[in-house]
Amino acid sequence: MALLEVDQINVFYGSIRAVKNVSFRVDEGEIITLIGANGAGKTTILQTVSGLLSSASGSIVFDGKDITRMNAHRIVGLGLAQVPEGRRIFQQMTVEENLEMGAYTQPKGSIAINKEKVFSHFPRLAERRRQVGGTLSGGEQQMLAMGRAMMSQPKLLMLDEPSMGLAPILVEEIFTIISELHQSGTTILLVEQNARMALSIADRGYVLETGKIVKTDAASVLLKDDDVQKAYLGG
Amino acid sequence: MDFLSNLVNGISLGSIYAVIALGYTMVYGIAKMLNFAHGDIIMVGAYVCFYAVYHFGLPGWAGVLLAMLLCLILGVAVERLAYRPLRRADSLAVLITAIGVSYFLENTAQLVFGANNVFFPNLFEAEPIRLFDGRLVISVVTLASIGICMAVMVILTLFIEKTKLGKAMRAVSEDKDAARLMGISVDRTISVTFAIGSALAALAGVLLCSAIPSLSPMTGSMPGIKAFTAAVFGGIGSIPGALLGGLLLGVIEVMGKAYISTQLSDAIVFLVLIIVLLVRPTGILGKKVQEKV
Repeated sequence: MALLEVDQINVFYGSIRAVKNVSFRVDEGEIITLIGANGAGKTTILQTVSGLLSSASGSIVFDGKDITRMNAHRIVGLGLAQVPEGRRIFQQMTVEENLEMGAYTQPKGSIAINKEKVFSHFPRLAERRRQVGGTLSGGEQQMLAMGRAMMSQPKLLMLDEPSMGLAPILVEEIFTIISELHQSGTTILLVEQNARMALSIADRGYVLETGKIVKTDAASVLLKDDDVQKAYLGG
Repeated sequence: MDFLSNLVNGISLGSIYAVIALGYTMVYGIAKMLNFAHGDIIMVGAYVCFYAVYHFGLPGWAGVLLAMLLCLILGVAVERLAYRPLRRADSLAVLITAIGVSYFLENTAQLVFGANNVFFPNLFEAEPIRLFDGRLVISVVTLASIGICMAVMVILTLFIEKTKLGKAMRAVSEDKDAARLMGISVDRTISVTFAIGSALAALAGVLLCSAIPSLSPMTGSMPGIKAFTAAVFGGIGSIPGALLGGLLLGVIEVMGKAYISTQLSDAIVFLVLIIVLLVRPTGILGKKVQEKV
């Protein structure tokens, strides 16, 4: 069953159409990746799904509910969380406060349990729980952004460029954690410039070019695809 | 002893400025706009209290609470009707709208309450306190202003630091989109900010008019500008900055009046502001922020 069904959306920045008739679906339990070059519209699509931007036409259905025109702050409560590009953690708040903000829509009783769950995935955050977000390293900030999103117990977690600006060893670590989160039952929509890493953990992939989906297939097939190899895998 | 008395009066006046400055600084920190109608809320609050106590016979504390409640509603209504439609508009449009709201409130007040000054009897009737064999006399309003200001600062700081809503306000002030992704309603958070700021403006209005003691539709204008100055002085967006800026401004104003020139005291206040901003453009406790207005 489709957890997220995006149908024919178009997103404009002023008069520029950044996303053109894009349709895709994410089934429960999958890891789906959107790959494409800088400016292909990947972030725009995620922001439209999460409600930060709105689509001029088409529809977005999440978990059986039409969320096309819904406010961003209402969508989170339905079980859809986004880890934004550039992490966007609250720099002046402590690690714990950041996590509490992630649990804003959750009942008070669940916060402590979820916090411990996040700390078990990210032991480094537990060590730094009273530290202010802005003083964390890039990798730790990415972990915090992911942990913060996990606090809302999402059915679908959307990750926007989690590897951006991180050292290769940290990228490995982040991707291991994404796999762990997936194994513990979270459906994942992953946007990445690092196409090889993304396709290596994904079930299916969509290839975006200048706002349009030009190709979609099983991730293992895309990894071997000539065009994809040439354009995104440096081969 | 004159010096000590001036110092106490300066701190008291500064406390009132600080309470008003909180409204400017919180709204700026969270909605990133300058609400120039904030000063006029002071005046509305003072009128509400005046009529409640001296025409309808309510006890003083009830008058103050009623003024705070009505100004809270007024502040939220102004935000909803005048500022919210401009959420995505150019910051200059918001600024001009705020000035428009300010004129609207002042002129409506003239229509409703008349343009003349009314005598605002002191709400605090108790005998002044005499220290050092009566050489230092401190009125109860003076002490009350200082005490209320300190209490407001402590409560507000605890609210912002400890409560869920207060933390949401900090989150919105840092990054609106990230806050929305957490499930925080930015509109509702901004409404709460206006509610708090406006209720505090009403409280400050009653203290101010008890100290002065006269009231007219223009009463809020000058203290509003001074409190805005205090907020900028201390570092706009910062709550401790509002306190520090308010206190310094009050002390400078009273000392300027006492030792330099009564006529020039306001000029001295603004001169100090200009000097501080030349040296520290973000104010005394201000952090570097992207300027929007």
